[in-house]
Amino acid sequence: MLTTLRLIIHRDLLLALRRRADIANTLVFFVIVTSLFPFGVGPEANLLRAVGPGVLWVAALLASMLALSRMFAADYADGTLEQLLLAPEPLAVLVAGKIFAHWLVTGLPLVLIAPLLALQFGMPVDAMITLVASLLLGTPALSLIGAIGAALTLGVRGSGVLTALLVLPLYIPVLILGAGAVDAAAAGMDASAHLMLLGALLTFAAAFAPWPVAAALRIAVE
Amino acid sequence: MNWFKYSSPQSFFPLAGALVPWFGFAAALLAAAGLYIGFFVAPTDATQGESYRIIFIHVPAAWMSMFIYLVMAFWGAMALAFNTRLSGMMASALAPTGALFTFVALWTGALWGRPTWGTYWVWDARLTSELILLFLYFGFMALHAAIDDPRRADKAAAVLALVGVVNIPIIYFSVKWWNTLHQGASVSLTKAPTMAATMFAGMMIMALAFWMYSIAAALARTRCIILERERSSEWVIEYARNLK
Repeated sequence: MLTTLRLIIHRDLLLALRRRADIANTLVFFVIVTSLFPFGVGPEANLLRAVGPGVLWVAALLASMLALSRMFAADYADGTLEQLLLAPEPLAVLVAGKIFAHWLVTGLPLVLIAPLLALQFGMPVDAMITLVASLLLGTPALSLIGAIGAALTLGVRGSGVLTALLVLPLYIPVLILGAGAVDAAAAGMDASAHLMLLGALLTFAAAFAPWPVAAALRIAVE
Repeated sequence: MNWFKYSSPQSFFPLAGALVPWFGFAAALLAAAGLYIGFFVAPTDATQGESYRIIFIHVPAAWMSMFIYLVMAFWGAMALAFNTRLSGMMASALAPTGALFTFVALWTGALWGRPTWGTYWVWDARLTSELILLFLYFGFMALHAAIDDPRRADKAAAVLALVGVVNIPIIYFSVKWWNTLHQGASVSLTKAPTMAATMFAGMMIMALAFWMYSIAAALARTRCIILERERSSEWVIEYARNLK
């Protein structure tokens, strides 16, 4: 089972590396959206410091949501997904592997570039570390929850907007805790409570999300 | 008596048709009684004056918004587990009524919040989670509408409904877990209600009225869905011919 899991992750990473432009797109989207806000609300330093945590978190959330459609679409189109469904290994495990690989190519780059963008919003170093920690715990949870939406809308017309409609309400707790952690750190308070809850959310999502994703994939293919 | 007989749309259709007027009648009667108690019998609140009277709509609507979601998720689970057609139809028939009550709860809450809190809306835990519930209903209906094959739509929407059930305990316990502007529950199963007996009676009668209305509306909608989905079957064609 673990061998299959490793093979799935390896395959998906290899496929992603062959098409690097897709990874870059998500990242560029993140950078552009955060850069729009100073134009929108004005370049005043105090204001930007106040909205920074929220803006960075919302932008990261939208960027990871945009990448969702690629999670199963190619496999669905070329029939690989059917082969996965036929495999003797539990589908939830294979799905977990796919989600992890997807997070490595779309979520992790967002986490790594976030400190640079935080600098643009004049965020203190403490808050920056909390931002990275909260994104590190939060973006995998986003990928896990988002996978449910991606699997449910597989092959449905207008699936992009529909995925957003399904997934965004479920993202709200992650956003509240993530942005709350950075806010607390920026105000000089202890952010560990937020981070622990975020960790609990991630554990919960990791344990439960692969099952509905597996069920949704079976429904989509049958 | 074999209850599974009614799990087939064909035999459920006349049963639902016979039940709808009864539940509709009960809803109208209970609503009239509840509103009469609410507006004329219940005493004026000591601190909130007359504005509290919206409680007779607000609280039952909020209860129904959560309860209908649970029932919808239950029928969704039935559709997934037993692959019965009628379960999926029931789930999709309940969604608009649930969304309606969620909207009513939010709307009356806003109208109540203005005179008592001084604002229509705050980003309080209970209000926000109720808003998420409304979005979940919208997501359910949108997903169902986007998939052309009704059987696949039923199952996909059922998975979504089951995932969304996580939100229900969050709404219900939000006033306990977080210190928020929204007040805690005045009514619970374990202790006496912290309100006047007539107020409590009015609220319960209104809750029953909403319950009856929901059943009537859901059954009537299920009948429409049955006719639409089974339109090519023999008995529906026969039924339509007899209507003329």
